[in-house]
Amino acid sequence: MNEQEKIVSDNKDLVLKTEHLCIQFGGLRAVDDVNLEIREGELYGLIGPNGAGKTTVFNLLTGVYKPTSGKILLNGQDITGKAPAEINRLGIARTFQNIRLFNNLTVIENVMVGLSNQIPCNMLQSIFRLPRHKASEKEYYERALELLKVFQLDEYKDYLAANLPYGKQRKLEIARAMATNPTLLLLDEPAAGMNPNETQELMDDITFVRREFGMTILLIEHDMRLVGGICENLTVLNFGTELAKGDTATVLSNPTVVKAYLGD
Amino acid sequence: MSLKNFNWKKYTNYLVVGGVMLIFGLLSLVGVSDASITSLLERISIAAILAVSLSMVVGFLGELSLGHAGFMCVGAYLGGKVAALLEPSLGNGPLNFFIALLVGSLAAALFGVIVGLPALRLRGDYLAIVTLAFGEIVRSVVMNLPAKLFGGTLGLSTPRMDKKYLFIMGFLLLLACLAVTQNLIKSKHGRAIISIRDNEIAARATGIDVTKYKLFVFTISSFFAGVAGVLYSFSMYTVQSANFDYNYSIEILVMVVLGGMGSINGSLIAAALITFLNIQLQTMLTGDLAVLQNLFYAVILILIVIYRNAPGLKGFREKYNMRTISEKLFKKKKTVVENADAGEEEATNE
Repeated sequence: MNEQEKIVSDNKDLVLKTEHLCIQFGGLRAVDDVNLEIREGELYGLIGPNGAGKTTVFNLLTGVYKPTSGKILLNGQDITGKAPAEINRLGIARTFQNIRLFNNLTVIENVMVGLSNQIPCNMLQSIFRLPRHKASEKEYYERALELLKVFQLDEYKDYLAANLPYGKQRKLEIARAMATNPTLLLLDEPAAGMNPNETQELMDDITFVRREFGMTILLIEHDMRLVGGICENLTVLNFGTELAKGDTATVLSNPTVVKAYLGD
Repeated sequence: MSLKNFNWKKYTNYLVVGGVMLIFGLLSLVGVSDASITSLLERISIAAILAVSLSMVVGFLGELSLGHAGFMCVGAYLGGKVAALLEPSLGNGPLNFFIALLVGSLAAALFGVIVGLPALRLRGDYLAIVTLAFGEIVRSVVMNLPAKLFGGTLGLSTPRMDKKYLFIMGFLLLLACLAVTQNLIKSKHGRAIISIRDNEIAARATGIDVTKYKLFVFTISSFFAGVAGVLYSFSMYTVQSANFDYNYSIEILVMVVLGGMGSINGSLIAAALITFLNIQLQTMLTGDLAVLQNLFYAVILILIVIYRNAPGLKGFREKYNMRTISEKLFKKKKTVVENADAGEEEATNE
């Protein structure tokens, strides 16, 4: 295999690739030259001290911010600068660091919103209650219920999302993201505010989602136990730049990484 | 679906509105009801259409619109003008009314798109500012246009349709407005609209086309404001721009807020009550006492707000609200309704 062929075959299963991703807010370079390469089925970790720019990377990937320079490729397609809803339709779903559920909708309705682009039914069909409306509503309900069963949330389906316990809210957010049928799932500090038991349960859930759906996952996390336990590859950010990257064991034993986290 | 399994509870508001319409329609037919009742009903139907349509924007979409009277003004003037122009050839029968209705409501919807398109793309309270300005602009533009166009300060005279049945038209249009609003809210689109209100960032990340939904809801809402405007122009015989001022927009907003944000039936009830209250105050307090109208109005609104929100009255509210009272009154019926619910659930599960 010559060099050219090798690059092609290497890129073939790349789900996400960023090239020299940068964003500048005034005089601050929040993200500076970040190059991520995430392969299909991989669980990739993005770690770094507070204010390193991890969530900003997520916001760039999902279209909340437009990069100052650089490119984002999803399955080889350039998605740089597209709107969040469009990027979601193209296959990136996310959860948020501070949980963002639709609090006045029930648990099952939250998942049904996630399914919105999967089951067609236009507004006129809904307003005039044409047969398509009833058929689609039934499909919505059934598919949402199926998904809730996978995440063991089906017994709470008629609760308002706001009334769920914290750990279950996190789970519901993942379920809602999965409902949009993504190829890449971004999890923003899913273990934040969880006790060790809940973290363990979450780790099991993430592994389960990977196995069940063959999902590619990019994870932001502070909890080193969780990162070390499930991530295969890591990128460490510090002050917006890449400090280190590579497989988990090597990166975590890297002296500069330890220094960035613990100081001198 | 057999009649026994029919879920009446779901259609209570249609039944109540339709029932009122039929009863007073019959009374009017046999000549028992008088002009004051029919004009009250007209004004209630107009207010209810305005409140229900505004509740879509304020209660479900979560955007603040302070210019609902402006869209009503567009409907009233354009609908009224078309009706006046067509009067010599079509007379003042239903055909003329329907054409005016079509023109007025579509024109209001068009203005809804024009106002909403730039304002709804921005985050924050821009819609409130833009609609507030729009309402005032529309009002002063029609007032200052040459008198032969829209009547200037004297107002525009509209055809004198038979007032006996105008309220029936109003109630039919209210039923249509209710059906559109309710069917929209109880569908995937309604869920999307509520998701935007609850968390816009998450809605975007979940693939909801936020701008499209916002614009659509705002347009539909302006459309029905236009419908109410046309009804108003036929109900009043003359359209005066001074009536569509900022205060009127706020009054509609008050109905929505008092009815409870995100409750269609609440808006409906509040619209009927506030209109009734207003007219009662106007007829009871005349002459020197007329200055007290606004005072009483304000005091009653404050009392309603206290009743609805005061923490100390929570127990009282739970004991004596509409639901518990109706449950007590119709205890026997309730079991039937519950069976019907179960029946329908079984039907959908199959």
